[in-house]
Amino acid sequence: MDLAGLLAFNVITGIATLVLITLGLGVIYGMMRIINLAHGEFMMLGAYTAVMASGAGVNIWIAMLVLPPLVVGAIGLILERTVIRFLYGRMMDTMLATWGISLGLIGLITTLYGNVVRGVSTPVGSFDIGRYGASLYSLVIVATALAALGAMFLVLRFTKFGLILRATMQNPRMAAALGVQPNRIYMATFALGAALAGLAGGVLAPISGVSPAMGAAYIARAFITVLGGGPAIVTGTGLASSLFGVINELVSFKTTPVIGDVALLVAAILLIRVLPQGITGRYLRRSL
Amino acid sequence: MTASASPPLLSVEGLHSGYGRIPILGGVTLAVRPGEFVGILGHNGMGKTTLLRTLMGYLPATAGEVRFEGADITRRSPTARARMGLGYVPQGREIFPALSVRENLRMGCLLSKRGEDETIADILATFPRLKAYLDRPGGALSGGEQQLLALARCLCGGPTILLLDEPTEGIQPSIIEEIIEILLRIGRERGIALLLVEQNLTCITGLSERILILQKGVITREVPPEVARDRSLIDEFVGMA
Repeated sequence: MDLAGLLAFNVITGIATLVLITLGLGVIYGMMRIINLAHGEFMMLGAYTAVMASGAGVNIWIAMLVLPPLVVGAIGLILERTVIRFLYGRMMDTMLATWGISLGLIGLITTLYGNVVRGVSTPVGSFDIGRYGASLYSLVIVATALAALGAMFLVLRFTKFGLILRATMQNPRMAAALGVQPNRIYMATFALGAALAGLAGGVLAPISGVSPAMGAAYIARAFITVLGGGPAIVTGTGLASSLFGVINELVSFKTTPVIGDVALLVAAILLIRVLPQGITGRYLRRSL
Repeated sequence: MTASASPPLLSVEGLHSGYGRIPILGGVTLAVRPGEFVGILGHNGMGKTTLLRTLMGYLPATAGEVRFEGADITRRSPTARARMGLGYVPQGREIFPALSVRENLRMGCLLSKRGEDETIADILATFPRLKAYLDRPGGALSGGEQQLLALARCLCGGPTILLLDEPTEGIQPSIIEEIIEILLRIGRERGIALLLVEQNLTCITGLSERILILQKGVITREVPPEVARDRSLIDEFVGMA
């Protein structure tokens, strides 16, 4: 019984982690059809922001949850204005450009801070599930993922900005004829996606080693979750994360985390073979 | 007519445009006065849609000039033109299919000078048929209802001129009548000008004060609507067999 409780807790944490690392990529891909290969590095910048800020004596919660999205969102905004906006509608070019950005960011951070693994100490302790100890920090991850997903839903569903975002995603030319500046919307979307990546990096910093190349550990899982989820950002991310998270955690529990990742990948390949447009490309099409 | 003395709202001078290196428009010249309803008749491939897309800024003009309320807008973006008061309802309607009817109308309200609720209540009085569908996705409406929605959405923004691309294409006759009625009323009540491109003679003669014939990318002649009602004369002018 205790073991089942622990396993369930781990599954939920796994799902929440997938949601966090996927949401920013999903926003940029879903809204703009841009494959942001620098997503992992945006997370890495978020993690470094958390490390640097907490090292400088900033309150750990602010360092993890507030500063990373702000800093990385601003960096995303600058990159959109200086690079990405010239490449809209050219998918291969945006992939090359964002790959270049990702290599550049890894090089820059290595030069500035060295190729060493840093850490932030977890700000909360552990609690017991029966005979087993579980990290309270996992609850922070779950809460942050829920908050991010919920906030995204509320913004898309109930705000004017969300309405304009959805309309522009469906038909940018028509939105322009109603007075929207599609380029402004893309700029805001890219910054939002970068900010969400930053948030993921900041929140995951205490449980993952923070190093210049850390983004690579997340990027593959984030991509297949986005593709598996399909066009609806919130529903797609939620459903695909749940599916892959459960598979990953259960297989990892029975075997090893490496096999767990393999199982996740196989599941994703099967899913995309059956549903090439992702889950929300076939079902729940009108969801957000 | 006293209206002919007033300066044109929209004037187009020697407009050239096309797709890539394929020219479609070869020097279109026309003018629409404030509140005037002008129809452009021509059959497929003559450049009707290209003309409206160039007027709205989606296609760059390769030569010539477009002026709106006296200002040169030849190089302005679609967004800038919409904000100046050009309303555009494209061929195929292009409503947002996954947004509800209400959300489609709210998008139309972005350029409205009044409050959103007030504007939507007002437009629903003109388009009562949409009231029943407010919470349905736009994509679930019939073609005719989508056309009404596209018109309503555009009118929410309070345009001074409406550029309308084949509103009757693939639409049941009862709604064509409704569209003609609504447009005539809107023109009377709000003084909106209309530039309509059409192949449907009922629609274009029912709405237009004068009809321009577009052939192979140029305006070849102007006819009053009475003439256009005569099928044989129109066949001769346009070659619409």
